[in-house]
Amino acid sequence: MTQSPVIEASGLDLTFTTSDGPVHALKDVNLTITKGEFVSFIGPSGCGKTTFLRCIAALERPTGGSLTVNGMTADQARRARAYGYVFQAAGLYPWRTIAGNVKLPLEIMGFSKADQEERVRKVLELVELSGFGNKFPWQLSGGMQQRASIARALAFDADILLMDEPFGALDEIVRDRLNEELLSLWARTGKTICFVTHSIPEAVYLSTKIVVMSPRPGRITDIIDSPLPRERPLDIRDSREFIEIAHRVREGLRAGHQDD
Amino acid sequence: MSRALPILTVLAAILAIWYAATIWMNATWVFDQAERNGQTVTWAEVIPQTMTQDRPLLPPPHQVAANLWQGIAGQAITSKRSLVYHAFVTFRGTMAGFGLGILLGVGLAMAIVRYRVMDGSVMPWAIISQTIPIVALAPMILTLSNSVGIDGKEVPKAIISAYLSFFPVFVSMIKGLRSPDQMQLDLLKTYGAGEGATFFKLRLPASLPYFFASLKVAVAAALIGTIVGELPSGAIEGLGARMLIGSQFGEPLIMWAALFAAAILAGLLIVAVGLVERLANRRMGGVA
Repeated sequence: MTQSPVIEASGLDLTFTTSDGPVHALKDVNLTITKGEFVSFIGPSGCGKTTFLRCIAALERPTGGSLTVNGMTADQARRARAYGYVFQAAGLYPWRTIAGNVKLPLEIMGFSKADQEERVRKVLELVELSGFGNKFPWQLSGGMQQRASIARALAFDADILLMDEPFGALDEIVRDRLNEELLSLWARTGKTICFVTHSIPEAVYLSTKIVVMSPRPGRITDIIDSPLPRERPLDIRDSREFIEIAHRVREGLRAGHQDD
Repeated sequence: MSRALPILTVLAAILAIWYAATIWMNATWVFDQAERNGQTVTWAEVIPQTMTQDRPLLPPPHQVAANLWQGIAGQAITSKRSLVYHAFVTFRGTMAGFGLGILLGVGLAMAIVRYRVMDGSVMPWAIISQTIPIVALAPMILTLSNSVGIDGKEVPKAIISAYLSFFPVFVSMIKGLRSPDQMQLDLLKTYGAGEGATFFKLRLPASLPYFFASLKVAVAAALIGTIVGELPSGAIEGLGARMLIGSQFGEPLIMWAALFAAAILAGLLIVAVGLVERLANRRMGGVA
């Protein structure tokens, strides 16, 4: 594993101007993410975890500090198609089949027809949706739709995968399964994953690094490097180490709240 | 059957009211006739006579139906007395105006969604345009187009028709093109998609359901516009001209038959648009 930084934020600030006055969404965020890491961002609403992810994706513009993605500015990285983004809602186009939806970024980026077909086949297999390519989104369950949206984000093979509470709207059983699949997908593809979540067990189970954040102003209160092995069966969640990390995350969240 | 029953009930009620009105309105003429001849008539004699007049104030349904049937099936369709012929002339005008209206409505909506300044500058005028009575505007359009040297009535008819039919398409398309939410726009941004791709991959397909919903209103508006365009033009062709002839020459049967022919044409057009909509919906992966 190389230690080259993929995402590097230092002194990052973002203030939104609203009709109620300025809102300090991010304050002095310093974070380095290296290649192949699985980083979770956890914290209560308004802590800026999604905002930070959107900054990396160049969907928001920071008002201070510096942020590089793959050694470029975030906007350059976006234009260079450095990342795939998975939103909380699957957001599949109802007028396209599953394969058509996965093909969407490929069409926009100008991949050849043959290459498109091949890539669609490959990523649908990766998310275990082979054979569903010709179905329309409404014919699939919520979990399958979200898997399709992950396939869509993977289709053009960006090195970075940004995921904004992708499983937040799913029930716990489906969520467990998708977490397991996401880990195996991460192991097979070696991508760098940034993952925003509300759930402590999810963050601890998935991550090599957990970033605990707190609101008003949105800032990082703790960064935990997970000692768990990269290979993680579901029952690792009953292990002593897992419970200890979860405890530390909870403490971090509580400390953030006392600052209010 | 459960769906037909309420419709038939309403239809029966309308026919009953219509027949009652026919007797009431046409009886005056029968009484006047009788008085002139120094006769007295009983109601039993009056009622049959209200049903068979040549120029009734209000023709009874069966007379209208007979005249309509005569106009549709009783003539060679190339004859100037054939309602099919006149309906075709009106249909042609409607299609021209409908097409023009769609182009105008979609074009303006695209411009408004794309350019902020257009929103403020064009939108109020589009709304004002619909507050001017078309009956007042139609003769002006005809005179104007004549004075700039456009021959025939087809072009001004199409313009009048488009003037009415563009508006529903315009309003719906603005809503449709703006229907994608922020998340869907952000998604395309993460692909580095340009404006063209955003329009063709997202905005346009997302607007299609709105577009088809507006077509049913637009096609009816186009038909009304065409008929209004045929009224003052001194035209001798088309259902509008037929109605005008009926009213000017005191031939209510002709007027009523043309009126019903127009209603049938409107029904057919709406069914046709509905079929196209259903077809498109199926291709777009709809449930229906």
